[in-house]
Amino acid sequence: MTQSTFDFEKAFGRLEEILEQMSSAQTPLDRSIALYEEANQLVISCHQKLTAAEQKIETLIKTREGQLALGADQRPLTQDASAALLNG
Amino acid sequence: MSQQYSQAPDLQASATVQTVSQLTRCIKDLIEPAFSSICVQGEVSNFKQQSSGHLYFSLKDSEAQIQAVMFRSNVRGIERLPRDGDQLIAYGDLSVYPPHGKYQMVVRTVRWSGVGELLLRLHQLKEKLERMGWFEARHKKPLPRFPQRIGVVTSPTGAVIRDICHILKRRYSGFQLILNPVKVQGEGAAQEIAQAIDQFNAYDLADVLIVGRGGGSIEDLWPFNEELVADAIYRSRIPIISAVGHETDTTIADWVADVRAPTPSAAAELVAAETSQVVAWLDQMHRRLQQTLRHQLKQQLQQLASVRRHPLLASPYALLGQRIQRLDDQRTLLDGAMGRCVQRDRMRLQRIQRQLLAIQPAAQLATKKATCLRLQRALDSALLRTIAQRRDRLVSLARHLAGINPTQLLSKGYSILFSQKDGAVIVSSRSLHRDDRLRAKLCDGEVDLIVERSRDAINI
Repeated sequence: MTQSTFDFEKAFGRLEEILEQMSSAQTPLDRSIALYEEANQLVISCHQKLTAAEQKIETLIKTREGQLALGADQRPLTQDASAALLNG
Repeated sequence: MSQQYSQAPDLQASATVQTVSQLTRCIKDLIEPAFSSICVQGEVSNFKQQSSGHLYFSLKDSEAQIQAVMFRSNVRGIERLPRDGDQLIAYGDLSVYPPHGKYQMVVRTVRWSGVGELLLRLHQLKEKLERMGWFEARHKKPLPRFPQRIGVVTSPTGAVIRDICHILKRRYSGFQLILNPVKVQGEGAAQEIAQAIDQFNAYDLADVLIVGRGGGSIEDLWPFNEELVADAIYRSRIPIISAVGHETDTTIADWVADVRAPTPSAAAELVAAETSQVVAWLDQMHRRLQQTLRHQLKQQLQQLASVRRHPLLASPYALLGQRIQRLDDQRTLLDGAMGRCVQRDRMRLQRIQRQLLAIQPAAQLATKKATCLRLQRALDSALLRTIAQRRDRLVSLARHLAGINPTQLLSKGYSILFSQKDGAVIVSSRSLHRDDRLRAKLCDGEVDLIVERSRDAINI
């Protein structure tokens, strides 16, 4: 999960900048609409990056000896635990 | 009661009589094999060390006590001498001591189990790790700002994991929680906790780890004070938030962890804090952008409405009416001028036609033709007259000419002299010299002559 913090910072900075420009009385309406479009895209992509992962609550499956059970891809196996841990 | 008492002599009568030694031996043979290698927990009292080096004490709890002895050879193996009030777990065998008719525990080794001892060990480990620099700020890894995979090392059944799930669900929509279920107290708990931390690292399963358990006694929390767990936390590449017990309980794990949360719920809040803040900020930013645009649109619409109300724009004729009228005027003028031009030209044409009619070229032509004919006739008669006049003249000239013909003159006795030399007609005697040869032409022939002499004639 490598999220570049720099990208976020850049996006936030640009959003501030756009808001400032749009608030200026000198900005013509068509420019404002273009700026709004850009800002809207930025907000959406930031949102998506922050909340991209599908909400999952899982438990690692372990063997009796306490080792992780591995799948065919040699990655640890998990089982869904959202029902047990959120509603129980 | 009196009945029971009266039966006693019968029982005694039927039993085999034994000596004390025999009985004691019997007891010893029964008890000692049954209670070998036992492990007893209790509080130390009546502690005494004999000059021989052997230790004598009692182990007790609220309802019972047992005598214990620890021989000098075993005493050398323990860290320090027990004291009255220490909670001990003693390992050894039960033995019967016939001289005193007592059973007692022969202790081979002891382990301290009391709170005081645990606190002492906690203090010692903390000092050791502090010396090693494990608590220093430079080893603390920053928490990821926007973690998406959150690993949790705790019991699958406790309140901790539920609290964490509920907080995260409320604060943070896009997260993935992976629980590594472990025992959080009792035998083997520390090993499981340390192994779970290692597993998260080995398979890179999380962006941040929460390691913890709910509140409990110091014994319950003890796995989090084990060096094994401290070591796993220290080695972890993934940042770790510790959340052990209540705010007042501080464990070694809390000291080594990158961040200490007072409770598991607080740990979940820490994980979600930045993301939920940013999401809230983005939502707010979005609203402000919309408001700003809407405000600008509203302003411009108002401006537009006021412009549209202006009389010039209210009706298209306001702006163009004058020009339309002027155009119509111009067209009228143009039409008039064109009409007059055509009229004038038409009149001129008619006048010319009339003039043309008046001239009557056909009549004129007939007159000219007549004139031409008359002139031709006149010319013809003049020509005939001239021809007749010329013919008459020619006849008279011919007659005259015949009269002056030289050959006619020769017949009348005249002759013509030619030079024989060059055939020239001789007209003067002065051109003749003696012996010049001449030829004389007569009317019927020629005769050659020689000059004898010449004389000038004064008259002919």
